[in-house]
Amino acid sequence: MAQLLSPLPGTFYRKPSPDKPSYKEDGDSVAKGDVIGLIEVMKSFNEVKAESDGKITFMAENEEPVMAGQPLAEIV
Amino acid sequence: MAITKLLIANRGEIAVRIIRAAKELGIRTVQVHSAADAESLAVKMADEAVNIGPPHAAKSYLNVLNILEAAKVTGADAVHPGYGFLAENAAFADAVEAAGLIFVGPKGDAIRVMGDKVAARVAAEAAGVPVVPGSDGRIDDPEQAKAIALAIGFPVMIKAAAGGGGRGIRIAHDMHEFETLMPQASAEAKAAFGDGGLYIEKVIEKARHIEVQILGDGRRAIHCFERECSLQRRRQKVWEEAPSAVLPQDVRDKLCASAVALAEAVNYRGAGTLEYLYDDETQHFYFIEMNTRIQVEHPVTEMITGIDLLREMILICGGEPLRYTQDQVRMKGHAIEVRINAEDPAKNFMPAPGTVTSLRLPGGPGTRFDTMLYQGYQVPPFYDSLLGKLIVWDETRERAITRMRRALDELEVGGLQTTKPLHQLLATDESVARADFHTRWLEPWLEANAHKLSS
Repeated sequence: MAQLLSPLPGTFYRKPSPDKPSYKEDGDSVAKGDVIGLIEVMKSFNEVKAESDGKITFMAENEEPVMAGQPLAEIV
Repeated sequence: MAITKLLIANRGEIAVRIIRAAKELGIRTVQVHSAADAESLAVKMADEAVNIGPPHAAKSYLNVLNILEAAKVTGADAVHPGYGFLAENAAFADAVEAAGLIFVGPKGDAIRVMGDKVAARVAAEAAGVPVVPGSDGRIDDPEQAKAIALAIGFPVMIKAAAGGGGRGIRIAHDMHEFETLMPQASAEAKAAFGDGGLYIEKVIEKARHIEVQILGDGRRAIHCFERECSLQRRRQKVWEEAPSAVLPQDVRDKLCASAVALAEAVNYRGAGTLEYLYDDETQHFYFIEMNTRIQVEHPVTEMITGIDLLREMILICGGEPLRYTQDQVRMKGHAIEVRINAEDPAKNFMPAPGTVTSLRLPGGPGTRFDTMLYQGYQVPPFYDSLLGKLIVWDETRERAITRMRRALDELEVGGLQTTKPLHQLLATDESVARADFHTRWLEPWLEANAHKLSS
């Protein structure tokens, strides 16, 4: 089990753009390196990638303000 | 109907700037803010503050209902939109007026006309203002296209009429190339957009970005001369000056007169800026668009003219006629502004929010720093990276650059990476000293000088 922590402070997005589906849903299988969301910091967007393989459960909502080090998801 | 209580629907340094102008006019201030900005300088300075929602701008600074509710609850009689957020949103301007409040800016209809690129181009041409030469609309007949290309002169840009995102764009340097590229562009446009229609536009190579500040009261307009903002990175201005170092006086006169003509043609009210491309070699200028709001770089104009643009826009929108005639507006000396952003120039300008652990501000003659920073302030990651604007004025451009170097040396923002090292390097650059630049000058310069910024 591994928690995926936000690398930056900012706004967390689970979708590539507002009218697109989420990158991943709760329970989806992910592989290390898969993009699972974006962090927007001062209008620049940074991809968040899975650091391990497993099933993902999100701990932060779409458009949620997050701090650096805050858990975004759990990968089991 | 003079304004007595002004709600500021913005944040950061411009909110601070608006509060200062309002206080000097004896107007009470209401600062609306997101949950992330509760400790902001603007909130501390305003007479009242109202939380209008969560950090995400869509839920706070762009939340029209909450902003209007805050105005109602506090009894504000006017709304200043600043720049960005809702400043150029015609529906917001209309909603503010429909709520019985004054919008400190133009009428919604003027925003609508000037905010639409095609409508603005039509309005400009009708007012006799030169626009970038091209086909007025789409052309499907290749022979007609060739005739237009010859008439406007090469190089020309071939664009997809249904286009967007840069697809379907070709640049032809001569007729031979044009004949080859035209069918290619049409085929690509048809494949990408289902419509092979094209239009063509002259390419202005090595253009400068020059813009004219205007003030209007809905009937009459004046200009406050021009600013040059050719130093840009990713279309964001980084260094701005007034006046332009390269504009001959007769061209300046024509340029500024064209801006006044267009502002009066749309019955413009408040402060606005008309942006142009300027071609050094031919001394031609071409209108590109109008910004119907106060701009980030307004202080350089204030420094050379002595006119407080924020004060004037508040007075005008409160119902006073324009207080100046054109011949009362004089310019003196030279002013430069640099944008101090929370970005690390050594790491490709990566945003760098954080806490200001210490702060030393520049001062002395001809030196101004518009900022929302204070020691202990936590710069939130949710908004743009502008921390402040360092503005200097001196008798000549050369002296202003020297003063800028001195003021940059004094500025110390502890705890954050900022763009100060970029400006220190620009202020010692020979091309900058000669004003020998254009809108595509800075990006290659940054690549060539990356090693000097990486220390």
